[in-house]
Amino acid sequence: MRLPSWLRLPQQTLLRHALFAVAGGILFYNLSINTSDFQQIRFAQVAYTLIAVAGLTVLVGLNGQLSLGHGALMAFGGYTVALLQKDRPTWPLWLDLLLAVLVTAVVGAVTGTAAARLRGPYLAGATLALAVGVPGLARQYFEGDTGISVPLVGSPSFLPSLVGERWMAWFSWAAALLTLVLLANLARSRLGREWQAARDDEIAAALAGIWVARVQVIAFVVSAGAAGLAGGLLAVVSVGAKPASFSLLLSVGLLAAAIIGGLGSLIGALWGSIIIVYLPVWADDLSRNFELPAKVSDNLPLMMYGAALIIVMLLAPIGIQGTLYRVVRLFRRDRVRISAAEAVTGSAPEPAPPTGSGPPAAPAAPSTHAPAAVPATPSGESAEGTAP
Amino acid sequence: MSHFIDLTLGGLTIGAAIAAIALSLVLIWRATRILNFAQGGMALACAYIAYSVTNHSGSYWLGFAAAIGAGLVGGALIERSLIRLVENKPPLNAVIVTLGLLVIIQAGLGMIYSVDQHPFVFAFDFHGYKVGHTSLQFSPASLFAVLSVLAVAVGLFVVFKYTAVGLRMRSAAFAPEVSRLLGVRTNRMLTLGWALSSAVGALAAMLATPPLISPNALDNLFVFGFTAAVVGGLDSAVGAVVGGVVIGLVLNYVSGYGTPNLSTGTALGILIVVLLVRPNGLFTRATARRV
Amino acid sequence: MLEVSGLSSRYGAVRALDGVDLNIPEGSLTAVLGANGAGKTTLLRTITGLVRCAAGSIRFRGKEISRLPVEEVVRTGLAHVPEGRGVIAELTVEENLRLGALWRRGRDRTAGLKDMYELFPPLAERRHKPAETLSGGERQMLAIGRALMARPTCLLLDEPSLGLAPKIVAQLMGMLREQRDRTGLTVLLVEQNARSALSVADRGVVLNLGRVVADADAGSLSQDTTLRHAYLGF
Repeated sequence: MRLPSWLRLPQQTLLRHALFAVAGGILFYNLSINTSDFQQIRFAQVAYTLIAVAGLTVLVGLNGQLSLGHGALMAFGGYTVALLQKDRPTWPLWLDLLLAVLVTAVVGAVTGTAAARLRGPYLAGATLALAVGVPGLARQYFEGDTGISVPLVGSPSFLPSLVGERWMAWFSWAAALLTLVLLANLARSRLGREWQAARDDEIAAALAGIWVARVQVIAFVVSAGAAGLAGGLLAVVSVGAKPASFSLLLSVGLLAAAIIGGLGSLIGALWGSIIIVYLPVWADDLSRNFELPAKVSDNLPLMMYGAALIIVMLLAPIGIQGTLYRVVRLFRRDRVRISAAEAVTGSAPEPAPPTGSGPPAAPAAPSTHAPAAVPATPSGESAEGTAP
Repeated sequence: MSHFIDLTLGGLTIGAAIAAIALSLVLIWRATRILNFAQGGMALACAYIAYSVTNHSGSYWLGFAAAIGAGLVGGALIERSLIRLVENKPPLNAVIVTLGLLVIIQAGLGMIYSVDQHPFVFAFDFHGYKVGHTSLQFSPASLFAVLSVLAVAVGLFVVFKYTAVGLRMRSAAFAPEVSRLLGVRTNRMLTLGWALSSAVGALAAMLATPPLISPNALDNLFVFGFTAAVVGGLDSAVGAVVGGVVIGLVLNYVSGYGTPNLSTGTALGILIVVLLVRPNGLFTRATARRV
Repeated sequence: MLEVSGLSSRYGAVRALDGVDLNIPEGSLTAVLGANGAGKTTLLRTITGLVRCAAGSIRFRGKEISRLPVEEVVRTGLAHVPEGRGVIAELTVEENLRLGALWRRGRDRTAGLKDMYELFPPLAERRHKPAETLSGGERQMLAIGRALMARPTCLLLDEPSLGLAPKIVAQLMGMLREQRDRTGLTVLLVEQNARSALSVADRGVVLNLGRVVADADAGSLSQDTTLRHAYLGF
């Protein structure tokens, strides 16, 4: 079923994504003006979480590199902004955030270079060590557990009637939408395809002329830049940067969000971010309703995180967006590519037939083996999916 | 000089516990090619069981036995129920599931025992041995730590090298399909691997937890143990033990000559340096990648 | 002894075996032949249980084994030497051999390492060396010896001649025949090299695209020139 040409979305990538961003912005604006001031902080939290999760989902879902240390990367962004606000209070916030992105991107380059040689559990473990080690170093070198405080954001000069919280939510979301447009464009670019090729089969990608190590480092840099921006925003919204804000729990939470939402999918990053920001809130409501003892209610969000991780991984490893994509795919016979989430979690619908007379190949290989399918063309729809 | 000896002895004691966790990680890795991020949590749960049993019965050793037993049973149960489901999937799935398990265990422990620290007794007297007028940084408890881990390491070596079940476990780990063709019940071998590994982890917890137990008590130990396992090479049990001792010594020197806060950072540094130079660990043979 | 009827199995949407019927009498040496991709390896793997059969039945000595897991199928007296030999490189020669007999406890029931070393002298020389140091021919001997350690009643061999020099192949084939003569071992031999297989086999089964296209004694198969040209390449 093809829509008439004037109703379909434009084919040019940037224009399409910009349209989505504008639509998203309008939706958010309406949501924002109709909710209380306090809720704006939650919205801001979802926004910066979304930025970090989007960066992470691109790294893990599109490029296949696991990182358990994105909380630590956010710490770099957060502390940069906090230090700048303290030592250079006259510099505008956007400059601080930009510097946070740059600093973290450099850290990402270093990490990515070190990580490029690591595979599987070694990469996971190295990034885990980062997640555990960096907060400790921050505790040692910067004001210990209290951290550095950041002045409360006031109303902007051009909108003096706007409450500080609402302004925070607005610029956080503006930053989020901007980041999403950038990431979506990257995912659909040649670089994005090289990422996916490197994820699916490094050797084949190298033989096809892709400089795998470079592409993997770039993925880390991009992902780290996003994390840096998110960390900076976190420092602003939380009025301070302290080690406890960037703990291992944050790193695990970001990964959980990426998976629950659907790896490799930017919209999935949105679902995941909403869930992990609101989960503690819902858990608190639950505790209050059932009058659970403090011991239980304190640990309830954590328990729910862990349970969510396991349940999603076992029952629906492709996450929310992956499942939605599968449903949509049932209706569109001409697009049978596997989504990134399916490729990375080994949930592809049909295993590839064996090569030669050997045992069947593992189902990680993408297959266009569907009944009446025509192989999808490169100018296909979504940001997820593998190169044909 | 005496400071150096003290630090060395202390480092050996810490190193023993780290070596035990590293060994348990390597056991699971070799058996099922999974890195068990929940290892620290599972070990801690066993220590908590010992805590409860000791408090109710008054006997430390009964608690100790309960911990090891819980390790055996718990490891087997977790493998059969949860891990079975991700064994043939890409590594990401197992990473997430074990992380989720870790989080659930820590939350669960917090719910049952609260996050407060409780006192936890040592196996033996923790006052240092006296040499002349000075007392060493080495106590009967430390001696027990070193000897028990040594005994476990040697015991495992003997079992793997010289017994039929050890042969089956090794073959199930190296070549599961071929092993099945030779009548090896590979599933049972995997379960056994996890059971043994968790029991070793429980020992590590019993050694490392005193004097205080809390849901986060073993977080650092896991990181150090993981570092030791990676440094030694995940495929090498010997590497794990050596790595554990070395990391323990280095950490204690840094702590003694520098500041204690730097220990985690140092472990991180060692990990990164080793992985930069040898991405597969120090003790694994470089194998050519098959194309 | 081994009866296969209506056996079908597949990899995803690809049908590898499509209604295969076979009857292997006790004490025979049967060659399973056909072009690459005909389903020969899949047939062996389905019989042993490495590949689930989608339809049909497999009866070994009167017992239905199609639903048994691999390690239980092996315990009924069936041994399978997989394609590529499956020698466990990290273990020593002796450990590989011992592994073959582990599921049969009791010294009287196993063939004994001594017998294997007599049968395959080169293995005796290298008994404590890691299996990865062996040459191709030695690995094949090790794989077969390992399978024989459990005194199987039926041996399935998948392309034993792969990558081996003709002289070694001839030696192996001769050894197989000798085993069969001496112990009444039933052998099912999958081979690409049809000529050498038919020279030692009593019977031949030719597969094509997952189906049986010929099932006769070796002599008639060798003489059937149309069949030979069409499916066996000589």
